[in-house]
Amino acid sequence: MTRVLLAGAALLALSAAASAQTVGFSQIGSESGWRAAETTLTRQQAEERGYTLQFSDAQQRQENQIAALRSFIAQGVDAILIAPVVATGWDSVLQEAQEAEIPVVLLDRQVDSSDDLYLTAVGSDLVHEGEVAGEWLLGEVGEEECRVVELQGTTGSSPAIDRAQGFRNAIEGHANVEIVRSQTGDFTRAGGKSVMESFLQAEGGGENICALYAHNDDMAIGAIQAIKEAGLAPGEDIKIVSIDAVPDIFQAMAAGEANATVELTPNMAGPAFDALEAYWADGTEPEKFIQTESRLYTQADDPAAEYEARKDLGY
Amino acid sequence: MTINPRLYPLLTTIGIFIVGYFLCYLQFPNILSTRVVGNLLTDNAYLGIVAVGMTIVILSGGIDLSVGSVIAFSGVFIAVMLRDTDLPAPLIIVMLLVITSAFGAAMGWLIHALAMPAFIVTLAGMFLARGAAYMLTIDSIAITDPFFAAIQNAYWLMPGRGRLTLIGVLMVVVVLAGALLAHRTRFGASVFALGGGEQTARLMGVNVGRTTVLIYAFSGLMAGLSGVVFSVYTGSGYPLATVGTELTAIAAVVIGGTILTGGAGYVIGTLFGVLTMGLIQTYLVFDGSLSSWWTKIVIGMLLLLFILLQKGLLRLTAFGAARA
Repeated sequence: MTRVLLAGAALLALSAAASAQTVGFSQIGSESGWRAAETTLTRQQAEERGYTLQFSDAQQRQENQIAALRSFIAQGVDAILIAPVVATGWDSVLQEAQEAEIPVVLLDRQVDSSDDLYLTAVGSDLVHEGEVAGEWLLGEVGEEECRVVELQGTTGSSPAIDRAQGFRNAIEGHANVEIVRSQTGDFTRAGGKSVMESFLQAEGGGENICALYAHNDDMAIGAIQAIKEAGLAPGEDIKIVSIDAVPDIFQAMAAGEANATVELTPNMAGPAFDALEAYWADGTEPEKFIQTESRLYTQADDPAAEYEARKDLGY
Repeated sequence: MTINPRLYPLLTTIGIFIVGYFLCYLQFPNILSTRVVGNLLTDNAYLGIVAVGMTIVILSGGIDLSVGSVIAFSGVFIAVMLRDTDLPAPLIIVMLLVITSAFGAAMGWLIHALAMPAFIVTLAGMFLARGAAYMLTIDSIAITDPFFAAIQNAYWLMPGRGRLTLIGVLMVVVVLAGALLAHRTRFGASVFALGGGEQTARLMGVNVGRTTVLIYAFSGLMAGLSGVVFSVYTGSGYPLATVGTELTAIAAVVIGGTILTGGAGYVIGTLFGVLTMGLIQTYLVFDGSLSSWWTKIVIGMLLLLFILLQKGLLRLTAFGAARA
C-alpha cells in the first residue's frame, strides 16, 4: 500500500511540475490515415510546446465524446480540443465547459451550436482547395487548349461538392480549359483506376485528354496506374493534379508521374494552440473560423523529402 | 454468521467498484469530486436504464439484442416527430413508450408462441428497429423543443460544482423500481422461476406465455425510456447512435453479478456494473495517455472473472448440497 501511495505521490508531483498547460483532446477515432496523422501531429505539437495532452479516442461514438469532455471539465484542464463526430447535440456540454471557463476549440469539423459556446474552429476551406488546384492548371497550360477529365469524390459528400465547385470557380472565364468528362471514383484507388480506364477509352485512348483533376490523391494514384497500362506517360502526356497531399502522391511526384497536389493539412492543432496561447496570455478572442493553409506542392518542391517527412505520421 | 452464497457475486461487484474507486482516487484525487460523481450518473443514465430491462430478461434466462437499435430508433422518432408535427413533447414520449413496449411484447409473444430462441427473435428485432430508424432519416437531427431543453438543464448544483442531473436521478429511481419489481412482486417471482427452467416454472403454476410477453415488453419499455434519456443527453436523434449498446448492457448485467443462464442475480448489482464501466472510462480519460480501447480490455477481463466466479459458485453450492 505504501508503494501505491508513493507512486501516487510521485505522479502528483510529476503532474504538478509539468502543469504548464493541460489540454484535453477528444478525437473521433482512427478511421482514416488522415485522422491518424492528425492525432500524431497533435501529440507532436503538444510535446513541442510543453503541454500535457490528455488524449481520448471516442471510437466513433458521440456518447464517448460527451463523457470525455465532461471528464476533462471535472479534471480542470486548461483547454479542450474536439473533432466532433456529428454536428448536433453539443449545446449542454459546451455550456458546461463555458461555465467552468475552459476554452473549447473545434478541429476540422463544425457543430451546429451557437458560436458563443466555443472559442474558435480550425478547419480547411474545401472550395478553396479546388480553386488552388484549378489555378495551378491555368498557370501550367497558359493559353493552350486543355481538355480536363475529373474524378469526383463520393457523390453527395461535402468534399466532393465543394472541391468540384472550387475547381470550376477557378477555370470560369478561361475558354481554353474545359471539363469534358466527370464521374465519381468514390475517393478510392480502385474507383479512380476503373473510371480513368473508361475515360481513356472514351477519349481516343487518352490522346484527347490534357489533364486530370482528382478530388483526392488516392483516386489519382489509381488513375496513374490506368494511364500507364494504356501506354501513356502520366505527368507528361496527361497532367495530374489532386488534393490531400498523402505520402504516396509525393512518391508519384518524385517519379514524375504526378504533377501537383493541394494539401489538406492534418496539422489542425498548430493553429489551435496558437489561438489558445494568445487567449491564455491576454484573453484575445480569435476569429470564429481559422482557415488552414491549402498549400500547393509541385514536382519542384522536393517531393522525395516530403514523402520522408510524412511517411511516419500514421497515414 | 454465514453469508448466503448467492450474495457473493453482488458483494464482489460492490467490492470491486469501491476498491477501484479508491485506487483511482489515490492517483487522481479529483475523481472523488462531486463533478465526477455527477458525471458518472449522467453519462451512464441511458445505459443504467436499459440495463435494468436487460437484467429482468437475463434473470428469466433470455436475452434481448434489440435494445441498442430501439434506443437509436427512439431518438430519431422523437426528433422527427418534434420537427414534422405540432404534437406536444410529453405526448410524443408517451407514444414512443407505447410503441417500444408493444415492439417488445411482440417479440416476447413470438419467442413463446413459436418456441424460438430469444437470441434469434431479438436479433431480427435489432435489424428491424435499426432499419426503421434509417427509414425515418439518415441524418442527425437536432432537438430544439423547449420541453427537452428544460429537462436538459434540470440539475441540482451539488457543493463542489458537480451536477446532479434529472436524467441521472431518473436512472437511480428506475434501478430502485426495477429492484422492487424483481424482488418484491409476483411478476418478479415468476421471472426468477422461469430462469430456473420452463418446466419447473410451469409446475410452480407460472403462466409462462404471459410472463414472457411481459418480460420483453418491460425490456422494450426500458429501451424506449433509455432512448428518451439518450436524446435528452445528446440533444439529437441519430440513426447510427448506440450501435452495440445491447452488448454493453449485457456486460453490465453480468459484471453486476447476474448469472447469464438466468435464475439468480440482483438488479442493484447491475447499477454497480454500469458504474464500474463508467469508472474505467473516466480513469482512462483522466490518465489521457492510455488507448481508450483499454475500456474494452478491462471489461473483457471483468466478464471473464465473473463467469469464473459463477462457475466456482455453482460448484460450491453443488458441493454444499451433496454434503447436506
